[in-house]
Amino acid sequence: MVCGRIFIMELKLALVQMTTQLGNVAANLEKHLYFIEQARKQGAGLVVFPELSLTGYVLQDLAPTVAHRPTEDDPIFRPLLEASHELDLMVGFVDEDLRHRFYIASAYLSGGRVIHVHHKVYLPTYGLFDEGRFFAWGDSIRAFDTRFGRVGMLICEDFWHASPPYLLWLDGADLLLLSSASPGRGLNHGEKFESTRWVEQVTRSYASLFTIFVAHVNRVGYEDGLNFWGGSVIFDPRGEMVAQAPYHEEALLVSSLDLNLLKRVRARLPLLRDERTALVQRELMRILQSERTLG
Amino acid sequence: MLNVDLTINCDLARRVLTSFIRSEVTRVGFRRVVIGLSGGIDSALSCALAAEALGPENVLAVCMPYRESSSESLEHARLLIEQLGVPTITIEITDMAEPLIRRDPAMSKVRKGNILARARMIVLYDQSEAFQGLVVGTGNKTEILLGYTTLWGDMAAAINPIGDLYKTQVRQLARAMNLPRPILEKPPSADLWIGQTDEDELGFTYAEADKLLYLLVDQRYSPEECIAAGFDRGFVERVLNRVRRNQFKRMMPIIAKVSNRTVGYDFLYLRDWGT
Repeated sequence: MVCGRIFIMELKLALVQMTTQLGNVAANLEKHLYFIEQARKQGAGLVVFPELSLTGYVLQDLAPTVAHRPTEDDPIFRPLLEASHELDLMVGFVDEDLRHRFYIASAYLSGGRVIHVHHKVYLPTYGLFDEGRFFAWGDSIRAFDTRFGRVGMLICEDFWHASPPYLLWLDGADLLLLSSASPGRGLNHGEKFESTRWVEQVTRSYASLFTIFVAHVNRVGYEDGLNFWGGSVIFDPRGEMVAQAPYHEEALLVSSLDLNLLKRVRARLPLLRDERTALVQRELMRILQSERTLG
Repeated sequence: MLNVDLTINCDLARRVLTSFIRSEVTRVGFRRVVIGLSGGIDSALSCALAAEALGPENVLAVCMPYRESSSESLEHARLLIEQLGVPTITIEITDMAEPLIRRDPAMSKVRKGNILARARMIVLYDQSEAFQGLVVGTGNKTEILLGYTTLWGDMAAAINPIGDLYKTQVRQLARAMNLPRPILEKPPSADLWIGQTDEDELGFTYAEADKLLYLLVDQRYSPEECIAAGFDRGFVERVLNRVRRNQFKRMMPIIAKVSNRTVGYDFLYLRDWGT
């Protein structure tokens, strides 16, 4: 049988479920390098870190002071780019553009280069969240090619909305890298926090609906009274759980993903083949032009 | 009447609250804490959580009786101290508080209660320095919302592990942690005067108040929706009024803004800044 595109068909994926020091980028960088080394020893090909892993989450007025440009001459990114010669990395940071707008961002590094940067497009500014006050809104959702196939990155609230994962799916992503700093909330008689249940439900759904791999890396630790619940998880294109890290504890979760599963699942379940994007576009245009727009 | 279920997963609560204590104490360079034990269930639960989080040797239980405090309170605190194996110190506040109380023969019960609560705060913060431990708060969500506390008195603390649990949930978690039975079973009392009970003074029970507060605060019910759900209109209004009137107790003093950047308005950092 003749193969088409030649990619590595096994991905050893490492999720780093860590806590951070709030606003102490140098200390957080050290921790990244430590976990990268641990993951390397276990043969990982890609290591992913949670949302704002280099800075901590509730930054408020710290945001401008912890921002970095993902370039070789940046003292924080230089060692990370060096490490990316051996294995691919996804890290969370505050990106500052040339006109000094600050973004919650994820960068994908490989072979000493920045392959892609995603700016968070949905900034929760309600309830306990106040991101829109301190950060600029990202404005694009793009998949990108890696040595493990095409990948899409989203950050927390981005995947509380259904459209960003859908767009990445159509843009060719077979692996979604989702990162969070998700505070546990909604304690009741249930086994987990309400927020945990909700996130696990939607991340698994994306794997099932799109027949793709979904990895969700969530941080742990506390910032003032907020607890971050961890439970980082990988789902395969059948929606089955491949592995999950414990709740509320630091962990390095390394799993082997059989990327050939994409082919086997889609041969059985051709949801991608049958997706009617032109119909979606037509109806979306009609809805947006009609009187009852989504806003 | 709408069935309001306040049941919590005690294993999860215990794990999150003990880790919270460990994280928030150690990240600022401490490893010990100081807790005022009243003999009641709230301080008992805070103390048990702290002992589990940090090891009992790192938790100083401070008993601060006043001459009119019920002897039962002290006995119940002793039961807990023995069960947990925490170090303890007893500092009577009678000699501290009496000279001030005696200055005014017409002193009201409320004034006197406030003096006692603030005298205990002074003792706790002194022990905080002596024992090198942070003061752990013991106020629950019900009393914080109702403002059933003394400003700068029993509310004063560095961290509060149980401030997001309603009284009903405090009882549930305390049972799950096997706190001494007399503490679990007695009626809640601030013990600021003889025979005082919270529920007499408030005029309603915690069980009722917790359900209503849960709907109003956690579930964002409107007052009308609470009444439609079966709560008495007068009760709803009384509770809402207490919550609103006591907002000041839940805030730092408000600062008059005149500059471009002002503490409390646009100088925004978490307390965990840099840690």
